[in-house]
Amino acid sequence: MNYIPSILFAIALIAGIGYFVKNINKLIRNIKLGHDVDVNDNKPQRWKNMAMIALGQSKMVRRPIAGFLHVIVYVGFVVINIEVLEIILDGLFGTHRMFSSIGSLYGVLIGTFEILALLVFVSVIVFWLRRNTLKLKRFWANEMTSWPKSDANYILYFEMVLMALFLLMNATDVQFQAMNNGNIISEYIASWFGNTSGETLHIIERIAWWLHILGILVFLNYLYFSKHLHILLAFPNTYYGRLKPKGQFDNNEAVTKEVKMMMDPNVDPFAPQPESTEVPPKFGASDVQDLSWVQLLNAYTCTECGRCTDECPANQTGKKLSPRKIMMDTRDRLEEVGKNIDSNSGEFKLDGKQLLDDYITREELWACTTCNACVEACPVSIDPLSIIMEMRRYLVMEQSAAPMELNNMMTNVENNGAPWPYNQMDRLNWKNE
Amino acid sequence: MSELLKVPTMAEFMAQGKQPEVLFWVGCAGSFDDRAKKITKAFVKLLNRANVEFAVLGTEESCTGDPAKRAGNEFLFQMQAVTNIEVMNAYEIKKIVTACPHCFNTIKNEYPGLGGNYEVMHHTQFLKTLLDEGRLTIEGGQFKGKRITFHDPCYLGRGNGIYEAPRDLIRKLDAELVEMKSCKSRGLCCGAGGAQMFKDAEKGNKEVNVERTEQAIEVKPQIIAAGCPFCNTMMTDGVKATNKEGEIAVMDVAELIANAQDL
Repeated sequence: MNYIPSILFAIALIAGIGYFVKNINKLIRNIKLGHDVDVNDNKPQRWKNMAMIALGQSKMVRRPIAGFLHVIVYVGFVVINIEVLEIILDGLFGTHRMFSSIGSLYGVLIGTFEILALLVFVSVIVFWLRRNTLKLKRFWANEMTSWPKSDANYILYFEMVLMALFLLMNATDVQFQAMNNGNIISEYIASWFGNTSGETLHIIERIAWWLHILGILVFLNYLYFSKHLHILLAFPNTYYGRLKPKGQFDNNEAVTKEVKMMMDPNVDPFAPQPESTEVPPKFGASDVQDLSWVQLLNAYTCTECGRCTDECPANQTGKKLSPRKIMMDTRDRLEEVGKNIDSNSGEFKLDGKQLLDDYITREELWACTTCNACVEACPVSIDPLSIIMEMRRYLVMEQSAAPMELNNMMTNVENNGAPWPYNQMDRLNWKNE
Repeated sequence: MSELLKVPTMAEFMAQGKQPEVLFWVGCAGSFDDRAKKITKAFVKLLNRANVEFAVLGTEESCTGDPAKRAGNEFLFQMQAVTNIEVMNAYEIKKIVTACPHCFNTIKNEYPGLGGNYEVMHHTQFLKTLLDEGRLTIEGGQFKGKRITFHDPCYLGRGNGIYEAPRDLIRKLDAELVEMKSCKSRGLCCGAGGAQMFKDAEKGNKEVNVERTEQAIEVKPQIIAAGCPFCNTMMTDGVKATNKEGEIAVMDVAELIANAQDL
């Protein structure tokens, strides 16, 4: 018996999975650069959200066409992966279609895979046409040039090729076609090879088989570098997504402490400050390390579909703000910080850059109406608004860099208890007007 | 008319040793903005009509801190919040109603973490309860068959999931409720939230309120109903900007009900 293919297969498998695990560890380390946040509450609701939103695709189908096509690709991806188990076992043990011994059920399984493969193939082509021929606006925004644009198309090509290889591999498998059990789509493709010799067919089948499994391993490793990470991270991200009403913004605890102290009549303002080695907290966020790990997970989960940007009132009226870009910038900066740590033996070295200004401009931040349309639109529970708010907090509380009109408004609130320059003593005048 | 308005303050209730059924949180817009003051009065008329024992804080009320918080000034927000909470807790307030979704959201969601726990209702929810309990009745005559579209305030709708209370009220007017293409959870913002009300918009190719008003005009309403004083301003300006002043009125849901009552 020839062991060489099995050994080669094992090497490819170990290398493919090993490199993937290495990158996943890097991903987890990067996410943990964010500060901690308590998301251990209400676990039943969290599981329910994950089941409905990620597993059940409940938000995808709000846009029926894209939603329907996405469900096909998603179900196809999950179901066809059962076949990968057989392929791996065949590859390791030098067997051929190990599961075919289960009889007619095997035909049902493979038949299902073949139908799904065809549906996925067609859906992916429609996706490609929507993106490249119909040129839907959200796929042609300013941030969707260069890598993000290519990335989106590479994913579609990958899927087309993998599905084609799967069907080709079945079509040129002489034994499988002879069984006539489950070759529901591939029998038609097999008929194109009517004049091809058995020897040639076998070679084509082997090539398709190898390219298919190697393609899957390459695709697996492509994830870390791609927006396609959402196929994995959508699950934790929907689990850790916000449960509170969208209108509720977090109260900053560090501020609460100081405010309580200021309001407490028993505090002696002249008392000597206790020597504290604690670094004073930074209010708000100017870089990725100031965000929470859930916000960083959000950034890695974003698949750049642009539904958020499409629904954003600022973006719709031509402002620079794009919630999708907020997420992409956060991920890009986080990756940059991660690489910095890698090349400085585990320590982040100041690089004179930050998320604010070098990635996200103030103009974008101040254009937000905090309307939550982006949060509502996201099919995987990403919250771009929370990042915008943290950065506004940094601008206002650390830099006093609010637009002048907002400074006026805040001065009014501080002095008169209203955003306009009216006297608080006149608050009930309307009664007699 | 104004002499008919009964607007007792918390201090007056306290002096009589009584507790009102509900505190009406008027808000800054409702207290100072000329357009919003009309909404405040319309709502008070309805409260009076329904014999609701309510009180206002009057000069003891101060900004909830919402615009400061959304602008990023957490300090100022929490200072405002803690001050208001101290006042309200001293009066042992249990239940609050307000005609401003921003005040509603802030007091309902952001005050509890700072020691202010109250039952908070938007005025459309409160009015609906009054109608359901039979304390207030509507004869729909005046608005019968009128085309009315409701603009969802972000902090009422998406922010807190309240979409039906204002719509139920409009339906009770026997009016024809028509929905804009983006409504409810996908409703487009009026452009005022997040402290935008107090500053010029960033550079773009259109104002948000004009975009939203155009969406409303598409469904040919006679009235654009609002549930927020800021939305009201933005939509009113939008109607002016699109030269539809003569054809479309922008009214708060409370004003619609009060008008139907001939108040």
